[in-house]
Amino acid sequence: MVSVSQPTKWALRIIAVGYVFFLVAWPVALVVQQTFAAGLGNLLETLGDSQATGALQLTLMVALCAVVINTVFGVSISLLLVRYEFPGKRVLSALIDLPLSVSPVVVGLALLLVYNGRSGWFGPGLESAGYTVISDSPGMIMATCFVALPLVIREVVPVFHEIGDDQEQAARSLGANAPQTFWRITLPSIKWAVVYGVVLSLARSLGEFGAVKIVSGNITGRTQTATLVVEAKYQNFQQSSAYATSFLLIFVSIACLIVVAFLRPKQAL
Amino acid sequence: MTSALLSGPSLSVEPASPQGRRPRRARRSTPRNTLTRGSALGLGITMMWFSLLVLIPLAAVVAAAAEGGWDRYFSVLTNSQTWAAVSLTVIQALIVTGVNVVMGTVIAWVLVRDRFPGKSVLNVIIDVPFALPTIVAGLVLLSLYGPNSPLGLHWAFTERAVTLALAFVTLPFVVRTVQPVLEELEADVEEAAASLGARRATVFRRIILPSLVPAIMAGAALSFARAISEYGSLVLLSGNRPYETEVVSVRVLTFIENGNNASAAALASVMLFVALVVIVALDLVQRRVSRRG
Repeated sequence: MVSVSQPTKWALRIIAVGYVFFLVAWPVALVVQQTFAAGLGNLLETLGDSQATGALQLTLMVALCAVVINTVFGVSISLLLVRYEFPGKRVLSALIDLPLSVSPVVVGLALLLVYNGRSGWFGPGLESAGYTVISDSPGMIMATCFVALPLVIREVVPVFHEIGDDQEQAARSLGANAPQTFWRITLPSIKWAVVYGVVLSLARSLGEFGAVKIVSGNITGRTQTATLVVEAKYQNFQQSSAYATSFLLIFVSIACLIVVAFLRPKQAL
Repeated sequence: MTSALLSGPSLSVEPASPQGRRPRRARRSTPRNTLTRGSALGLGITMMWFSLLVLIPLAAVVAAAAEGGWDRYFSVLTNSQTWAAVSLTVIQALIVTGVNVVMGTVIAWVLVRDRFPGKSVLNVIIDVPFALPTIVAGLVLLSLYGPNSPLGLHWAFTERAVTLALAFVTLPFVVRTVQPVLEELEADVEEAAASLGARRATVFRRIILPSLVPAIMAGAALSFARAISEYGSLVLLSGNRPYETEVVSVRVLTFIENGNNASAAALASVMLFVALVVIVALDLVQRRVSRRG
């Protein structure tokens, strides 16, 4: 390994740390500091506010549904992509990544065009059958699923490649059927990758803003999620409340990151 | 995934034809299909969900955009306010991608090759922009660079705010693509070059940088795509002033809120096209890398 001279080393170190400090660390710390500027009262007051608590419950419900759907979908599609050959596989595996680079606003518009009750492709039919998608929780769950779609797949596919299918074949040759092989052999070996993907999806789902804003209709007290409350409160000059809600979201997302940071070395062992 | 496509022609049992290219063509025309009945059913169900969630909605955007024909495209894109938003977004995304290429590589270098107390904290902080809700990212930046800035910088509602927000949300991309490549880099090539008398700068330029380029490119493409499509972090920070700080996503949202779904779809389809180009470019870069390795 080529050694770097002391001055260069220090310069690079200072540039890297300084950039991250001014861009990320200090601003985040300031929001936390402002939340607690007047003690715990601010946070407790927000937790007592029905608009905020309702939104937090809704966010949690939507995020959990989306994470469950994405986990089931993600594991099955990863299994199909790695273990089987079929026409169109390459196109599919490229399309899977599309949601990561599509703007949340475009996601919202896309779902709106298909599922809105008046002029959507499927909306009127679904509505006459009694299902409202747009401006209701199904639409919000779909929007959240869309934006967090590739996260589980991106974690699980490399692990599938790495472990190979020797154990599965051994299990099958010893007489295990497909579900037994899956639950006893496949799932335990990808466990940490799935957990990692779930944590990332959860963080992404709790924080989705743009797509949910369009799809939910942003109705206060009914379809307003935590991120929408932050926007509404800030724009209504209730800054302390906006900061407190943000703090909760920051807390959850950093907790997710720390969980992932602890899982990483375990996964490597 | 690409291994099936790259596997050698030695599997062919067909006698070699005079041209010597025949087996390759035969293999390409009939893609292998190893689906069992159960897995075919699974593929069917997952594809149905994927279509309902992603493919049909995105097709609806393209269809709604195509309804008005080229005239609508032309009138939407030549609208001066829309054009201002498009050029602002593209210029800012390019600036931020450039910043990320340099800073991301430096940060990845420091994380891999340097050792200092607090490095693991730095490593976790890099991921914060991934995990933080975008609206909160806007609020967070506003606290340091907004009206009550302890630094005395009042960048909110200016073009700098757009740059700042995009730099924040795209920070992890280049770092996280370059870091693993740098970790796997063999040290002996560098040592060989150094022992043959190459200076440090030469070793970096001739040995290290070339092997990092694909990873840097991949990270740059991802951060460009993300910067083009960013919305949440700009809502509070940029003020969304037409002709000054309004980006494409905000423009699309304004169209939707005014009930003008057709214009929104026209602009959205352009963004979708850019996203697709990036995806294809990434796939090509990854294939080249895996072929080389």
